[in-house]
Amino acid sequence: MTAPWQGRAGWPLWEVFVRARRGLSHTHVGSLHAPDAELALRNARDLYTRRQEGVSIWVVPAQAITASSPDEKDAFFEPAADKVYRHPTFYPVPDGAAHL
Amino acid sequence: MNTADVPVNAPGTPVRTTVDAPVNTPGTPARTTVDYLLGLGDDALVAAQRLGEWVTAAPELEEDVALANIALDQLGAARLLLSHAGELEGAGRDEDALAYLRSDREYRNCLLVELPNGDFATTMAKLLFLSAYQLPLYAALSGCADERLAAIAGKARKEVAYHLDHASIWTVRLGDGTPESHRRMRAAVAELWPYTNELFVADPAAPVDPAGLRSAFLANVEPVLETATLERPADGWGPDGGRAGLHTEHLSYLLAEMQVLHRAHPGARW
Repeated sequence: MTAPWQGRAGWPLWEVFVRARRGLSHTHVGSLHAPDAELALRNARDLYTRRQEGVSIWVVPAQAITASSPDEKDAFFEPAADKVYRHPTFYPVPDGAAHL
Repeated sequence: MNTADVPVNAPGTPVRTTVDAPVNTPGTPARTTVDYLLGLGDDALVAAQRLGEWVTAAPELEEDVALANIALDQLGAARLLLSHAGELEGAGRDEDALAYLRSDREYRNCLLVELPNGDFATTMAKLLFLSAYQLPLYAALSGCADERLAAIAGKARKEVAYHLDHASIWTVRLGDGTPESHRRMRAAVAELWPYTNELFVADPAAPVDPAGLRSAFLANVEPVLETATLERPADGWGPDGGRAGLHTEHLSYLLAEMQVLHRAHPGARW
């Protein structure tokens, strides 16, 4: 019988997000294995904030993340390529419009 | 995380802020002695050497890094304390001379830290007891009259708060885990409990009397054991002698490994 923590396959994968400074958003920095959320947070502290990289850490079960697939790249992202009107620079600034 | 001055409290345990150890303030006869500093420094140095033995051998890569981190924290404190001891002694011995060129009879560490790592539960019980003792100790020392010692203790207490957190978390998980992990954790706590007596042997002349730290130690440990569904062992006789240089045979082997390079190649650097 193999208990859940025996063997690396038993410890679930967690994705780690670190906020470098107040005012910045959390950024994905990597992943790690841990038996539960509390230890994932501590492992993240040891692995990813050793050199004062952060002031706040999020850990998220990798399973909880739904990611876009590389196969869907064209359908997801290609259509945006020719829609220049989605960028503010597409529109001329009217004369006299202040505070832009 | 872990930047706050207050110790991190483990889930289900009360906040650990109790430090009622008497701090000897300027004007009292208490003063820092070389032996006292060696006791502090040797505890940290020997604990670091033991924890370092887990590197590449821990149950998981993440735990490997965590234990190495804790070992390096202890080593950092040991270096500062031994340097302070060497300068106070005034005999020209630096941190390396004190770490590498003293025999077991000259070491002043408690017996707890020199005991073998055993299984992971034993290592966690050792770390739990050590950090639960060091936290109130360093907290009290950070207000002592010796400014240099106070500064070292002020830095170390934040690190030790994390060590206590780490050991508490694992003690709870192993104690309140499977029948096998519970059996191992309970055995480790029972085996090591007597060695905690030595930590609190009264020394009224010390900057902080160890006897006054025991209630804070118990306040750190007892809630963790309870959450871990582990029985708190009864108090009784405990071995001591470490502070006087009377050690178990385990320390000799540890020192042999730690000192062999320096003794074979004095002053070797890389």
